[in-house]
This record gives sequence, C-alpha cells and structure tokens, in this order.
Amino acid sequence: MNTYEWLQTILLFFVLLTLVKPLGDYMARVFQGERTLLSPVLDTCERLIYRISGVNKDEEMGWERYAWALLLFNLVCGVALFAILLLQGVLPLNPQNYPAFSWHLALNTAVSFMTNTNWQNYGGESTASYFTQMFGFAVHNFASAATGIVVAIALIRGFVRRRGSTIGNFWVDLTRSTLYILLPVSLVFAVFLVSQGVIQNLNPYRTVPLVQGTSYDKPRLDDRGNTLKDSKGNPVTENIQVKEVQIPMGPVASQEAIKELGTNGGGFFNANSAHPYENPTPLSNMAEIFLILLISGSLTHTFGLMAGNTRQGWALLAVMLAILVLAMGILYWAESSGNPLVTRLGVQSINMEGKEVRFGLAGSSLFAVSTTGTSCGAVNTMHDSLTPIGGMMPLSLILLSEVIFGGVGTGLYTMLAFVVIAVFVAGLMIGRTPEFLGKKIEVTEMWMSIVTVLTSGILILIFSAVAMLVPSAVASMNNPGAHGLSEVLYAFASMSNNNGSAFAGLNGNTVFYNIAGAVCMFIGRFAPIVASLAMAGNLAEKKYIPPSLGTLPADKAPFALWLTLVILIVGALTFFPALALGPIAEHLQMAS
Amino acid sequence: MSKHIQPPQSAFDAELMKGALLDSLKKLDPRTLWRNPVMLCVEIASGITLVTFIMSLTGANTEPAWFTGTVSFWLWLTVIFSTMASALAEGRGKARAASLRKSRTDVTAKLLAKPEFNSAFTTVGASQLHKGDLILVEANEMIAGDGDVVAGAALVNESAVTGESAPVIRESGGDRSAVTGGTTVISSSIIVKITANPGETFLDKMIGLIEGAKRRKTPNEIALEVLLIALTLVFLLVCANISPLSIYSVKVAGHGTPVSLTILVALFVCLAPTTIAALLPAIGIAGMDRLFQKNVIALSGRAIEAAGDVNVLLLDKTGTITHGNRQAVAFVPVGGHSEQELADAALMSSIADETPEGRSVVVLAKEKYGLTREMPKEAEVVEFSADTRLSGINLSGNQYRKGASDSIIAFVKKLGCAAIPSDLADVVDRIARGGATPLVVSKGCEILGVINLKDIVKAGIQERFLQLRSMGIKTVMITGDNPLTAAAIAAEAQVDDFLAQAKPEEKLRLIKEYQEQGYMVAMTGDGTNDAPALAQADVAVAMNTGTQPAREAANIIDLDSNPTKLLDIVEVGKQILMTRGNLTTFSISNDIAKYFAIIPAMMLSIYPQLGVLNVMHLASPFSAILSAVVFNAIIIPMLVPLALKGTRFRPRPAEKLLIHNLLIYGVGGIIAPFVGIKVIDLVIGMVV
Repeated sequence: MNTYEWLQTILLFFVLLTLVKPLGDYMARVFQGERTLLSPVLDTCERLIYRISGVNKDEEMGWERYAWALLLFNLVCGVALFAILLLQGVLPLNPQNYPAFSWHLALNTAVSFMTNTNWQNYGGESTASYFTQMFGFAVHNFASAATGIVVAIALIRGFVRRRGSTIGNFWVDLTRSTLYILLPVSLVFAVFLVSQGVIQNLNPYRTVPLVQGTSYDKPRLDDRGNTLKDSKGNPVTENIQVKEVQIPMGPVASQEAIKELGTNGGGFFNANSAHPYENPTPLSNMAEIFLILLISGSLTHTFGLMAGNTRQGWALLAVMLAILVLAMGILYWAESSGNPLVTRLGVQSINMEGKEVRFGLAGSSLFAVSTTGTSCGAVNTMHDSLTPIGGMMPLSLILLSEVIFGGVGTGLYTMLAFVVIAVFVAGLMIGRTPEFLGKKIEVTEMWMSIVTVLTSGILILIFSAVAMLVPSAVASMNNPGAHGLSEVLYAFASMSNNNGSAFAGLNGNTVFYNIAGAVCMFIGRFAPIVASLAMAGNLAEKKYIPPSLGTLPADKAPFALWLTLVILIVGALTFFPALALGPIAEHLQMAS
Repeated sequence: MSKHIQPPQSAFDAELMKGALLDSLKKLDPRTLWRNPVMLCVEIASGITLVTFIMSLTGANTEPAWFTGTVSFWLWLTVIFSTMASALAEGRGKARAASLRKSRTDVTAKLLAKPEFNSAFTTVGASQLHKGDLILVEANEMIAGDGDVVAGAALVNESAVTGESAPVIRESGGDRSAVTGGTTVISSSIIVKITANPGETFLDKMIGLIEGAKRRKTPNEIALEVLLIALTLVFLLVCANISPLSIYSVKVAGHGTPVSLTILVALFVCLAPTTIAALLPAIGIAGMDRLFQKNVIALSGRAIEAAGDVNVLLLDKTGTITHGNRQAVAFVPVGGHSEQELADAALMSSIADETPEGRSVVVLAKEKYGLTREMPKEAEVVEFSADTRLSGINLSGNQYRKGASDSIIAFVKKLGCAAIPSDLADVVDRIARGGATPLVVSKGCEILGVINLKDIVKAGIQERFLQLRSMGIKTVMITGDNPLTAAAIAAEAQVDDFLAQAKPEEKLRLIKEYQEQGYMVAMTGDGTNDAPALAQADVAVAMNTGTQPAREAANIIDLDSNPTKLLDIVEVGKQILMTRGNLTTFSISNDIAKYFAIIPAMMLSIYPQLGVLNVMHLASPFSAILSAVVFNAIIIPMLVPLALKGTRFRPRPAEKLLIHNLLIYGVGGIIAPFVGIKVIDLVIGMVV
C-alpha cells in the first residue's frame, strides 16, 4: 500500500476505535433507561410514542413474549412492504411510472428488506418508485436494524440478570434504538453525504444530451429471448445510436446514511456505493465504511459495560478486528498481485477491474471486507471482478456467519453464540462445567448457540446443492464453471447470512432464486433470533456463579485466540470442499 | 490399611478383552447403538459402503472392489472399535460386580415379630425382607439386608463391601448403627430393622452402578453430544453438497468423474467427530470405575461431575485436617519452677491416664526430658470426673493433678493455698491463643506450669490446600472448637475460612449461604445430624461407617471412610470433563488433515490443478482416502487407554491449563493426523 492508502486505513480505524467507547457507553445508557445527551430533546418524543401506541415502558417481557412481539412486528412490516411493491403502479411519488413488482420479486424483496438482508434482484433506479424507496425500503432499513440491535441487547440482559424471568420490553427497546441511535446518527451523516455530493430530491429523472454520441450493435431476440441468426449462422443485429442518456434522481442521501449505519446495504441505485450519486468522493467512501462498522463495533463495548466486564467487550472486538485485518490483507495482496491472465499478455498491473478509480485499491478492499464482514452488503466494487482468491475473502467473511463485526446486533449475538460454543469446549478442557459471565453453559445454551451459528451454513449447503440440480438455476450463471459455482455459493451465502451483497454475474430474478432466496433470508434471520432470545430467557433465569481461579478467563488473550480459531475452523470445515471447487479451483486454473 | 477389591490391572486384560469383544459385537445392534447417534450414523455409512462393495463385485459399481471392500472393512472396524471401547470400560465394572455378587449368595434371615432377643423367629429368604422388618443376626451369620441396628452391638466384617478386613463395631443408637446386606457378624447378636426393599439395597445399587446398567447421561455429556450431533449433521450436509457440486463441475470442465458414493461416505465418517463420539461413553464409565478403585462409590455420574465443579469444600477438622488427637508439645513452667520439675509432675499426673492426650504427655516427658516412670503400686488413681474436671494420682502425700486452668485454681484454692503464680494467666492465654489447649499441672499446693496440648495438623495438608486454591477451590474448616482455637488451626492449615462451634444447623445455613452466592459446595459427613447438610450440599460424601440417614442423603459413599477422599473425588470429576474436552478438540482438529488428504484425491479428476492441495504427497487418490479412513479408525483404540485412565491432572490455574491442553490436543490434533496419514499411506504403498 502507498502512503496515502496507509494513512486513510489507519485514520479510519483510529477514528472508529476512538468512538467505540463513547458510543458504546451511550448505547448502554440508552438501553438501561438512563439519561443521555439527547434525552432533553427526545424524552418527550419517546413518551409521546408510548402514549400513542399504548406501551407501558416499565412492563417487562419474558423471552417468548419478546420473541412473539418481534416476529409480529417484522411480519406486519414485511407484509406492508409486499403490498407497497405489488401496488407500486397506483401509488404516488412515481414520476417514472414504474409498474408493480412481479409477485415473486416482491416476495423476495419484501423478505429481503424485512430481514436486513437487502438482497436486490432488481435495479433500484429502473424498478422502484420514490414512494417505494422512501416508505418501503428506508423504513425497513431502520426497523430491521433496530430489530437486530434489540436482540443483542436482550441477550446481554440474559447474561446479566440473575434469577430473572424477563429480558426487557421489545417495544421500548425498538423505540429507543431507532429514536436515540439510528435516527440521530443517520441525520448527521445524511447531511454530511450531501456535502460530498450525494443527491437528495424528488425530481423526475433528467435526460441530458451526450457530448459525444455513441452507437452499438444490438442482437435481435426472438420471442423466447434467444438470439436470432441469419442463414449463415451469424447473429442478426441492429445498430443503435445513442445521443442522450437519462440520469436518475431521487432522495438518495437520506437512504444512504441508514443503508450503511444499519448494515442494510440496499442501494438506491443498482451500482450501489460505486455510483457517484451514492458515494461521490474518497472521503464519503471512508465515511460509509466507518458507518458500516460503527454500531457493531461499539456494541461490543455496550456489551462489556452492561455485563460489568469491559475487557470482555474489548476481547470480542479484538477477535473481530484481527480477522477483518487478516481478510483485508489477503484481499489487498490478491488484487495488487493482479490477474495472471492479464499478466501473461505482458501487462503488469494491479487488478482494477470492477473497482472505482476514485477509491483506489485500499478504499475498495476496505469497503469489500467491511461490507461482508458485517452483514451490510453495500458494495463500491464489483466482487465478481475480484481475483479468485480476492473474491474468496468477501465470500469467506460471509460464510463465517457474519461475526466479523457483523450486522448491527446480529454480529454481537452470533459472536456470543460462538463464544458459548468456544467456552463450552474450553471449559471442558480445564475440567469444569463451562460458564461464561458467571452463567453455566448447559444443554439449552448449546442447542440455541448451535442454531444461531449453524443455521446459515446449513441453508447454504442445502440450497447451493439444490441449485446445481435445477437446470434453470444453473442457466442463471453468466460464467459457467468454477467461477459460476462461486457466484451461486456467494448468492446463497449472502442471502442466508442476511448480507445482501451479490457476486453479480448471476441472474437472480428468476422464480427459483426469488423463492429459494426468500426462504434462506427468512430462516437465516429469524431462526438465530428466536434461538438467541430463547438463550437469553434461559440464561436470565440462572443464578450467578462468582469467578474464581478455576474459572476460565474469557477476556484474556488465550481465550480470544481460541475463539478466533473456533470461528475459523467451523467455517473452514463447513465450506472447504465447496470453496475448493469454486474459488480455489478457479485460482489454480488461472495460475497454471 | 484397606485392602481394595482387586481391580483388573490392565485395560487389555486377556479375559476382559474376550468378553469385551463379544459385547462390542452385540452393541452393533442399531437398537442399542441409537444411544450414540454419531456412531449410529457411522454404522449406517458402513452399511452403505458394504452395498457399494457388493456392487463393485457384481460390476454395478465401476470402482475397484479392493478399494470399496477395504474402505467398508475399515469403516466397520471404526464402529466396532467404538463399541469395544465402551464394552471394555463396562467390562472392568462387570468383573467387579460379579465378585460382589458372589458375596451375596442368597442368605436366609430370622424374622422377628418384636425387637427382643428371646422372642420367636421365622426363617425367611433375604429376598422376602421388606422395609421395617426386624431380623435377628447371630454370630457368624450374614446380614440379609440393609438396615439399622435397633438392639445389641456386634463386630461386623464388612470386607465384602469395603474390602476392609478389620471388623467394625455396629451398635444400636448413635452414629454406628447402619449395617449393609452381605456383611457378616463375627461376634454377639444384633437385631436389625430392615431399611431397604429387595432390589434396592446398597449392594444392589452398587452392582447396578458398577455394571453401568443404570448409568444415565449427565447433563454435561448431553450438551457435548448436542455439539457432536450438530457437527455430524453439518458434515453430512457437506458431503451431500459435494455430490451435486462435483456433478456440475464435471459437466462444465468436460472431464473427470463426479465424486462416488463410497468416497463421500468415507469422507463423512472421517469428518464426523467419531473419535470423541466413540470414546464418550467409555470416559464416563471409566471415571466411575476409577473412583471405585479408590473405594469410592458414586451414586450417579452427575455427582462426580458436580465434584469437578465444586468451589467450596467443607472439611471436618478432625480426621481431615488434623490427626484428631491433641498431643502434648511443650511444658511451660510458671512461678519460677524449672521445666524438669514440671515435666516430672506432668508425667506423674498422666501416668495413669490412658487417653491419647495423657499418653502424649508421657511420651513428651520421655523423649524431651528423658523421664521414665513405672506406675507406682501404692498410687491412688484419680479419674477424670465431670465434677472436678481434673485427673491425676495421689502418691505419698503428693496430689498430682492436671486439668483446665480454672479447675486447677479452684482445686488448689480448696486445698488452702492462695498463692497462684502471677504469670499463669499469661501463659494459659498465650497457649490458648495459639490454637492449643492449655492444661495446668499442680503438685500438692503448688501450680508448676502448663502443658501445651496441640491439635497436630496433618503433614502436607497445606500444600494440598494451596493446590486447591490455585484451582479456585475454597476450603472451609468445620470444627466444634471455640473460635480462638479454630482460628489458630485454620491459620496453620492455611484453609480459607472456618466455622467454629459448628452445629448441624449452622452447617446447613453455611451451605445454603454459599449456594446462594452461586458456589458449588462439597462436604463429608457421617452422623445422622449431618444428613440435612449432606442433602443440601451439591456433592455429599458419606462415610461408609456413617448412619443410614447420612448414607441416604449423600450422593457419594466412601467405603474407606477417609474424609480426605473428597480431594480425590474432585480430581476424578475434573479428569472426566477434561478428557471429554481434550478428545473433542483433538477429534475436530484432526479434520483439517483429513480434508487435505481427501479433497484433492476426490476432485483430482475434475481439476488436476487441485493436486497442489495434496501437501502430504500421498501416493494415489485411492491410497489417500484409505489412509484417512484407516487413521480415523485406529486412532480410536490408540486413545482407549487415555479415555479409561483420563487425562493427567495437575492442579493449576485455568488459563495455564487451557494453554497446555490446547497445545497438546489442539495443535497436536492438527499435526498428528498429517504424520499418521502419511505413514499409513507409505505402508499402503509397500503392501500394494
């Protein structure tokens, strides 16, 4: 990396790590109902919401009630979005007069936004009206992010409470995380992004003449979409002259901030954060990466504070950071080594295919690992164009069950499930019934942690295998072979882990991918959530065991190392064969 | 010394091996094997390879028959090794149970109508005795069932149960009233009230436990099994996933063959955590068995594992921390008298005293001051009485006395001597504060000095407590002594805390208090008044000499009645958990090497470039897969001794222990199969 790249990378992490403590502290205060900096402004607002909705903020819920409230809320929101998508044609704020989504695309998209996945089998600017973007997608960006955060907070309460039967009030947690955390930060950053050139308007798309016109030959298609051929077998084409282009407009900045902050990742435009209206400058790029990592990183400190052991929070953050930096290093190395096929032509260069020059290699690599380590899924680089080993990094980060910072909340509760498993085995190894934060890890905790950690892996293994057997699914690949296999693997990894980024190169808008994807996203989201809440409820009932010399210290380096290994080994053992047939085979083919 | 019930010396004793082999084949029945779901999956997998082997023979499968046949053979061996491991562990217990059964030839009992020795009895079989029946047992008769002595006292030989050849006294009332069925009365007659119905006696329970018939999985074992089943499921899906992926890859690559069912099944068995799953039942059974070798019977596996978690040990002072008898360690003269003078008077006052304390005074006078005296014939012995609280002798006009300070002062004052040495109070106070008992000695009218009677702390007990502390276990001494004495002994023995002037209800309160704070509490007890506290404690060890209520309240019984056993029990509890954890880590770490052996082999025909993953340079795809399968199988019997003996346990802080075990079983688990598979591959290369 050159000096500029080093500087921006170091600065990013410096700012991020400096803010972990204050923001983590702030979030702990918010969820413990203490007064905060914003209380004078938001307190009235919060009480008003409770009064209107009839929520008693002092009422506590057991885990089952909490889970039902959460599921109900999400389902209602999901159905509302589904309705908006199907009714798009008749709804207002639709200057381009876009028609309704097809039912399976609407289903996939509704589930996608409900589950914080933001997998997009549509192109934003060419399919969705402003109404859909603002009242459908943006609302879900807040709601789904808040849902993730509250589950993490409920799980922390489970660890902290002693002989309790409740884990908090879902409605209160939801209101507070939206009102005190997501809204203020989004507001500030939306304004900042506008300052960088991100647009924010409700204007119709603009048509502008090209300075220099262009033309191309477009193959003619028959009714079935096959290329027409003349008697000699050559494709029939027509020459198209392009003299003007349409430039999409829209309320982008307001959606951009929460897209990163809530690790949603659903772009206003199809090109996502590679689009100049979403991510115009290197500075906006760094700001977006920062937003992606901000809440998930800070929640580790919130956890440490609430659990009464801040070292524990830092230990988790260290594990996340270590793997992120490792992945970033490999990705950067792979991309800077260039494409061997190009090198063989006598051109020595780094692999810039699919990357934006204004972000450079570091800005692109950093964004790629951040967006996949967390379950964000926004992209400023086409992951499909990365070198095989480079592309394996984002893929692997997703396959690790999204714990390298992870989605807002989801990262923390999935990481805690990994901790439970790691503590269990390590606890046995030192001859004690394993315990973490003074709570015994027993059969229920094992089941719930396993469901939390392994659900996505199981979904990926099942659905990628099914996709290979369904001819229409195989036909969706634009690059048959090892690379196409990576595309399918990435698609199901991304959906099952609620990431939402795409390897691209795969036509996902088919009945198979829309339905299979919706199933993956739904189960991949809610099975771990219910399991984590069940674990929270079960843990809350347990008594506290004071630590002694015989207790495994989970906040020190040896355990952190062990946890890192457990995460890597579980991931490697589950996906090594698939990776061997995908990116590894592709890399070896290219290299030989 | 106790004579242990002969344990079979080696895990691979020839007689045992024969029985285990037969048992291991019986255990292949899926109806039995379903209790170990991972191994059941392996058995099904083995069955599948048997089918592919037969298909190879008939030509329906293109793979060479030698390959499918060998894979199938080794997969079956994997299952058999696993059932053999648990059969071996059970076999050792069964051998012991058989020896116990021999001692329980069906005896007859003399059933009484009333608890009187001379009332009429009817003779019935032992199996017809029920709770509440009264039986008469006379000399040289075997006691027909568990019970309490309600009348009489007798010497009982309990070697059948405890292995202890010295007979013990069993008498009605008090803490020595419990008798066990199968033991023999040596002298006198007793009337026993039966306390257990047929089939529920102590001996029955013991036999059941030792045989492993009643062994239930512990919660911790179930939690581990959950993890193993989840991993197995994932690996099943991984293998199922490879098939369509390889079919697709063959299609687009245009060459190669999709991965065959035999190879997928082989990969599945290699990846599944077979090593730990195979040895898991054996570890638990062997743990109970190891305790039994130490003459401790755990009434459930749960109790032993709980012992591993204990963080507070309540230890009775007497017998556990101290030898139990106070001993004279010094003579401290007062009022200007010489030490020699005092020693002589002390010796005279104790010469007729047959208590251990009295004898220790005689010994001290002899060893330190070279004084020996025969009991003078003309001496008049003054026995200790509750009135005077003094003892000694009257000899030629001299009254030699020893006793508590206030008693002696009262005594000399009564004799009319008013002069009490001014330094007496100081000396007495100093000795008492040091945790010892001051005994004041007088000769006639004069107070000569003080005997320092001390509770002797057992040698090496401090180190043991230090070890426990480093493991995070807190020791609490329970004693009936006054707080001053207790504090001094606690300091000397270096226990963490003590409970002085302990009454049974205080013990119960203390246990509840600790449990409320989240501690796991272990205690030992023998008296009936200990029963409530024993029932409350998480790990309750009853002495076999204890009363029936105490034994019923406990979950572990110590046949040697040695209170320090608690420490051994904690150790075995920890060993069981550690062995499980270590083997789990080892088993999973092994998978990395197996991947590097099998993945390139199975995909080589599709992507020849994947050959670079063959880091071990295994000779051929077939040999690579076979080597992994063989390694996976033979590692099981190689680890059986470890499973039976348990991982070596050394007390040390958790973090160091974790690093140590991670290095051995984690890093070792990664490296070992690389070496092992390579070696097997070389051997296969030589054979083929």
